[in-house]
Amino acid sequence: MISGHRPRRAESRLARLAAAIVAACLPALAWGAWDVGALMSLLAKNPPGNATYNEIKHLALLDAPVESSGELRFVPPRYLERRTTAPGREVLIADGDSLVLERGGRRMTLSMRDQPEIAVLVESIRATLAGDRGTLETLHALSVAGGIEGWTLTLLPRVPAAARLVTRIDVSGKQARIHRIEIQMVGGDRSLMLIRKAGP
Amino acid sequence: MSRGRIARIVLWLAGIGACLAVIAQARFVADLSSFLPEAPTERQRLLVDQLKSGALSRMVLMGIEGATPEARAGLSRSVAGALRADPAFAGVANGSTAGLERERDLLLANRYALSPAVDPHRFSVAGLRESVGETIALLASPLGLAMGALVPRDPTGEMGVLLDRLAPSGGPLVRDGVWVSADGRRALLVTRTRTGAADIDGQARAMSTAQSAFAAAASRMGGEATGARLVMTGPGVFSVRARTMIESEVTKLSAAATAVVVVVLLWAYRSFVVLGLGLLPVLSGAIAGIAAVALGHGVVHGITLGFGTTLIGEAVDYSIYFFVQSRRGAAARDARGLDAFWPTIRLGLATSIAGFSAMLLSSLPGLSQFGLYSITGLVVAALVTRHVLPALAPTSLQVRDLSGIGRRLLAAMEAARPLRFAVLAAAAASIAVLATRTVPLWDRDLASLNPIGEADRALDAELRAGLAAPDARYLIAAFSPTQDGALAAAEAVGRHLDPLVREGTIAGYDSPAGLLPSLATQSARRASLPDEATLRARLAEALAGLPLRPGKLEPFIADVQAARLAAPLGRDAFRGTTLDLALDGMLYRDEAGQWTALVGLRGLGGVVERAPIDAALARAAVPGAMLIDVKAEADSLYAGYFEQAVRLGSLGAAVVCLLLALALRSVRRTARIVMPLAAALLVVVAFHALAGNRLTVPHLVGLTLVVAIGSNYALFVDGMAERPAEDNATTLASLALANFTTVASFGLLGTSSIPIVDAIGSTVAAGALLALVFCAAFAGRAKPAGVPA
Repeated sequence: MISGHRPRRAESRLARLAAAIVAACLPALAWGAWDVGALMSLLAKNPPGNATYNEIKHLALLDAPVESSGELRFVPPRYLERRTTAPGREVLIADGDSLVLERGGRRMTLSMRDQPEIAVLVESIRATLAGDRGTLETLHALSVAGGIEGWTLTLLPRVPAAARLVTRIDVSGKQARIHRIEIQMVGGDRSLMLIRKAGP
Repeated sequence: MSRGRIARIVLWLAGIGACLAVIAQARFVADLSSFLPEAPTERQRLLVDQLKSGALSRMVLMGIEGATPEARAGLSRSVAGALRADPAFAGVANGSTAGLERERDLLLANRYALSPAVDPHRFSVAGLRESVGETIALLASPLGLAMGALVPRDPTGEMGVLLDRLAPSGGPLVRDGVWVSADGRRALLVTRTRTGAADIDGQARAMSTAQSAFAAAASRMGGEATGARLVMTGPGVFSVRARTMIESEVTKLSAAATAVVVVVLLWAYRSFVVLGLGLLPVLSGAIAGIAAVALGHGVVHGITLGFGTTLIGEAVDYSIYFFVQSRRGAAARDARGLDAFWPTIRLGLATSIAGFSAMLLSSLPGLSQFGLYSITGLVVAALVTRHVLPALAPTSLQVRDLSGIGRRLLAAMEAARPLRFAVLAAAAASIAVLATRTVPLWDRDLASLNPIGEADRALDAELRAGLAAPDARYLIAAFSPTQDGALAAAEAVGRHLDPLVREGTIAGYDSPAGLLPSLATQSARRASLPDEATLRARLAEALAGLPLRPGKLEPFIADVQAARLAAPLGRDAFRGTTLDLALDGMLYRDEAGQWTALVGLRGLGGVVERAPIDAALARAAVPGAMLIDVKAEADSLYAGYFEQAVRLGSLGAAVVCLLLALALRSVRRTARIVMPLAAALLVVVAFHALAGNRLTVPHLVGLTLVVAIGSNYALFVDGMAERPAEDNATTLASLALANFTTVASFGLLGTSSIPIVDAIGSTVAAGALLALVFCAAFAGRAKPAGVPA
């Protein structure tokens, strides 16, 4: 029995050691790989999903913030729908280059190419959701802080089209989920969008 | 040469010279506006103006196909950019709002004069609170971003109101920044040319400008643009295409018909001298005919020239008879060359003139031209044959004897005699076919005259559907001696249309007053704007509790004060913008100096119910204002022509019968001539019915021609009973020869892709052939010579 015991204990110790080494290495591996590329490939794996949002906008023009809330729907890589339910009903659909806006019983189809300002904002958010690093980098310099369990992606405009409009965009989340998007506009306007129940 | 001969030749040459001088000054046209009605009523006059040069006639729809979607979008942008810079185009839209800054600035600067929302309530405390509150709500939306900068100037959102009015929802799909068709496979552009569709040269220049802009853009793009092509439709494009088609076909078919006749005459006579002489009457007739049309109508239509071949068919007979006669006695030829045949030719000429008069009297200018051309041509050809040919023909002229062929034909004709029962049976069968037909025999649709093919029309419909382009089928027209009066009338109509829009009876309307309000409306709107102190006080009250402080709205206060003092917005303010042409199409002055305002109605799903509109018009009580259903109006106009063509055609046929009866003084002989003709007409009509062709005005013209040509055959065949057998053989040979040239030349026209030409060609070719065969079958038995005709 004893003779039978030893090797087994030795085996289990070895196994434990191996597990410990692996465990010790894991965070190191994770930290080592946790950069913009890792975040992007994580986000790129997101399936289509719905979420609810709350947005607070602080506008320099207005004394008090304006709030809105509603639902978001994203179908990778290029379909983003924002359905506002409060204070009024409004639907904004960005699909490829086209922007459809429904408001007050009217439906408007615009082209993002013709609306460079809206395009910068939509593209920043949509490409982030899609983990589309290429598109993001045509507009912004990217940096990421934190870890997989709590990260913040910062977009700093690097082309004039974007720099005319935004000063910075901070997107934070956990794993593949985005919880918060904060946009600082040129001229002092800023908006904060909180997203719940992200993912399918 | 005798003095009389020289005098005749000199007279003839002088006449030809004078005609050529007239022709040199003549203007040749090939658009289809000659086949557009000369409008008898006010509505129809408006309609025709619109078709010729109205805003719709200036619209050219373009599609870019092939290559990749990105390449198409890129090409669309390049082409739009190039055309916007080109003077041939007054407006270019491809879905991109880039390049519309001037229009935006114009609207922004004049928003308080233009916005229908501006009234005293809008600038009251309650009104300001309402509109500014809505603007603040909009700021929360992503779209607020685009307008954010505008809020301090326009907190009441007048620009939004204006854009809603001018760019109604439900526009075309947008992909990659430009309009695309529903299936995404075509990039779409709407352009407006500076010239109307009736100015075909201008339209042709605009089209080639567009094609070269496209080619340049594609070559700049390189490989990516491989396979891309530009397609265009629109009234102007159709006019250009119709002209090209008419010109090329007229040239081609006339050349072919001439070649056929030349070959046949050469084969028959084996002599270039005889051929040249034989063609002289035809050529003289054609030249005189064109000159007569130029003098009578001011312009000569290409299609009229195309029917030059019709003269060959009939006038060539005259010289054939002349040659036949010339064989019979060289001694008596001079001045009496046609004596034996002259009475028959004269009667044939008279019946032909009766037939062509049906066309001459038509109020469709194109047909009237054709009638004038044919009558003049035939008369001149006959006169030249009778008086000039004998003077010109060398005394040693040898004409080949055709009596060999004639005798064989005579034998065939004898054998064909039992066929008269077959002819009657065919006529009866035709009546049965016509009586039991399931589709209407007549086509009263104006589109049946359209030379534009099915494929082109389908493309046009596709582009129109993709662009949600107005079909502008329903228009309300209002009139006034002054521009401002017309605008005020359009506004009065608009006030009664607004409830229909709210109730959803119509989707909307486009009024010139939307862009250029009447002076009264502008001054009422200006009067609604409060002075500075009042506005400040009201704003302070209205904004209480809203997150927007009045201090942020200084630009608004300044703009309102500027608008109060601004001079009224006038027509000139629009020059150089794309809105200029839009206004041109809706507000114009006719030759009499009267102003017309056109309000276009947008139906729900393209359908406009007349009754509510008529009721609204009655309530508006604008004197003279009327609703025009463009399609119904055009159709009724064409139907009018159709009725007229039927009436004139029947009258022509009746006159032909009367002439025959008077000349022949015998009911039996008249019946023997009329019966085969009537049978030929019946069989031709039945043939069209069986082939699924519906008859149009050109078909009626063709039937009239069959009567005119066929009555000649019938007269000669009838005359055969009175003449010696030797003469009959030659007569029959020349009839067959004349018939062959007619059938061949009209048969060639029958291959045309222009419906007008095809309809006449196929009808006459078949009708002329049948008429001769039937006449032969009905011919009386030859009698001993000596009884005068």
